Amino acid sequence: MKEAELVIVGAGPAGLSAAIEAAKAGVKVMICDENQRAGGQLFKQIHKFFGSRAHQAGTRGIDIGQNLLNEVEKIGVDVKLDAVVWGIFSDRRVGIVHEGKNTLVKAKKILLATGAAENVLAFPGWTLAGVMGAGAIQTMVNVHRVLPGKNVLMIGSGNVGLIVSYQLMQAGAKVAAIVEAMPRIGGYAVHASKVRRAGVPILTSTTIKEAKGKEKVEKAVIIKLDDKFKQVAGSEKEFDVDVICLAVGLSPLAELAWMAGCKFTDVPELGGLLAIHNEDMETTVPGIYVAGDIAGIEEASTAIEEGRLAGIAIAESLGYINAAAAKEQKQQIYKRSDQLRDGPFGIGRRKAKEVLISRSLKQ
Amino acid sequence: MDMRIEEHPILGTLKKGKAVKIEVDGKPVDAFEGEPVAAALMAAGKTVFRYTRKRKEARGVFCAIGQCTDCMMTIDGVPNVRTCVTAVKEGMKVKTQIGTGEDGDTSK
Amino acid sequence: MTLIKDGFFDADELKILPGVPSEERLKKGPVVVIECAQQIPCNPCEEACLKGAIEIGESIVNLPKLNADMCSGCGLCVAACPGQAIFVVDMAYSQTEATVQLPYEFLPCPKEGEVVAGLNRAGEKVCDAKVLKVLAPKKFDRTAVIKIAVPKNLGMIVRNIQLKNSDKED
Ligand SMILES: Cc1cc2nc3c(=O)[nH]c(=O)nc-3n(C[C@H](O)[C@H](O)[C@H](O)COP(=O)(O)OP(=O)(O)OC[C@H]3O[C@@H](n4cnc5c(N)ncnc54)[C@H](O)[C@@H]3O)c2cc1C
Ligand code: SF4
Ligand code: SF4
Ligand code: FES
Repeated sequence: MKEAELVIVGAGPAGLSAAIEAAKAGVKVMICDENQRAGGQLFKQIHKFFGSRAHQAGTRGIDIGQNLLNEVEKIGVDVKLDAVVWGIFSDRRVGIVHEGKNTLVKAKKILLATGAAENVLAFPGWTLAGVMGAGAIQTMVNVHRVLPGKNVLMIGSGNVGLIVSYQLMQAGAKVAAIVEAMPRIGGYAVHASKVRRAGVPILTSTTIKEAKGKEKVEKAVIIKLDDKFKQVAGSEKEFDVDVICLAVGLSPLAELAWMAGCKFTDVPELGGLLAIHNEDMETTVPGIYVAGDIAGIEEASTAIEEGRLAGIAIAESLGYINAAAAKEQKQQIYKRSDQLRDGPFGIGRRKAKEVLISRSLKQ
Repeated sequence: MDMRIEEHPILGTLKKGKAVKIEVDGKPVDAFEGEPVAAALMAAGKTVFRYTRKRKEARGVFCAIGQCTDCMMTIDGVPNVRTCVTAVKEGMKVKTQIGTGEDGDTSK
Repeated sequence: MTLIKDGFFDADELKILPGVPSEERLKKGPVVVIECAQQIPCNPCEEACLKGAIEIGESIVNLPKLNADMCSGCGLCVAACPGQAIFVVDMAYSQTEATVQLPYEFLPCPKEGEVVAGLNRAGEKVCDAKVLKVLAPKKFDRTAVIKIAVPKNLGMIVRNIQLKNSDKED
């Protein structure tokens, strides 16, 4: 059986950042991603990111992704693309199908950085062609440069719904409206203002009632919700659209952590059931770490910090960095992460992370 | 109907691989080598990729990352190929799939 | 309240922001208007201003605070803001007109001299606007900054443009 010091599953911002830190310290890293290109979600994000200079604020997601890839290449990490990790077995054996061939690798440490999966919403007509996930639309529009339709109804006003609406307009589509079941807009006001002044209505306390069409979406019917989230009969409105985009949240993609026997806990603020991890990002199974959206739905900026943290902690536990040096680097990461997890949108996530970590102490 | 985004304010002018032809339900369709089959079909305005086995409901691209199987079609006689994660090759024969497409027969 | 329900500011909400200059300062000439109202972790505007007119401070979720007397209205911070929340307004441009500089990331990009529609924060057409300048240096990283002239009473109203021949109008 092949052996590796560190196998990282997922080459998004979290996985790549961990690979960079660990490899810099001397760890021999293998990073696997199922796609043909590394970078995870970043190559769909063509907008400028928030944060401070230390978090590459003002830089577009695609360029942050390219910077990470350049660094990975410079350090010479073993990046395996078209490599699906399908199982984690006892003694940290990792089952990989790489370019169609099945291999088993025994790792000293494993980092799961698999990101998140999109939530779906079922409603009459939701299986019609033209009802698509926000991630699918971003992939088609920003990566493959094809519009899935010309008139779009967006479901969900979180940052994803707002940003994808803006990106659809940049690509030349019209966004008929953004509907939101809650009585207030979910995402940042600056993102909302951008689409509003481009003429897109954001309809709060509203949901999709039905998608109509023979085989593909031809119309969308929306309806008002009262303060108990009950549909208000007679308040329907119809839009002529050919695409309905679902942007109704993300959930951690944690099957591999289940398989590995990690203990889970429910933390709604971070997207639901999460593998419990400690301050080093290590789960309840020794030697198995998590970082990024799998460890709580947040942002690329926080995913990068968590990846770095895991990379350093792993290098330390393998003896490549001494405790004092590791401690100093970790302190800086904690500080930068706290900066991001602050303010009305972030403080809840910081508290939730603290709860998650405190639960690891009880194990 | 061409749904390709030729010019983009952030991504610039479209640069793609070699221009090739594929065959979709017997008709020629322009595509670029290496792009997902689903992208080429969508660019040509095709949105229905298959019909379900029992109720013959239409399905199209839903996730675009190989997870939902809604986009499966019969390619070069092989049924159930996820077109969103399958790269275009010159001369590929793509068929709208009815049901499981097991016998390769996709006629109604 | 309109901000979190409708996605844009009403005039009163705007006035209380630390990034929005006073009416007296607006009357004096070009100055930045920072329409950033929520404590999000973000501070590139502070760094973009070479004159030190924008202050966020140690905690990056602080709202950007404008020292309006130090601001020359140069517009360097407009493209640097990832939220596209920064505008430069010159209420003293002429007897009848004010100018607005705004970020723009759509195609086609308007040309200097072109007459476009001026849109308010809700995306409604409120006037004709003349494009005075289009700045898109490499440093702005694909965010163009468009300077338009609008009727004076609309200097604090117009926040977007729409091209006349654009098929988006319907
Ligand atoms: C519309 C939108 C806008 C956003 N805007 C911002 C923003 O402005 N600022 C910001 O900081 N963040 C933003 N984000 C969030 C950011 O993209 C994510 O938080 C971030 O990408 C998470 O990083 P990750 O490394 O955890 O996961 P991902 O980026 O999802 O990467 C995970 C990778 O693992 C791969 N993978 C999964 N399972 C396996 C397996 N079994 N085998 C092999 N490979 C596997 C996946 O294919 C993927 O490539 C945005 C997200 C969206 C959708
Ligand atoms: S307009 Fe110029 S001087 Fe004024 S805040 Fe912006 S960068 Fe500073
Ligand atoms: S850069 Fe823009 S979004 Fe960020 S704090 Fe400054 S004004 Fe607000
Ligand atoms: S669209 Fe989901 S598998 Fe292809």
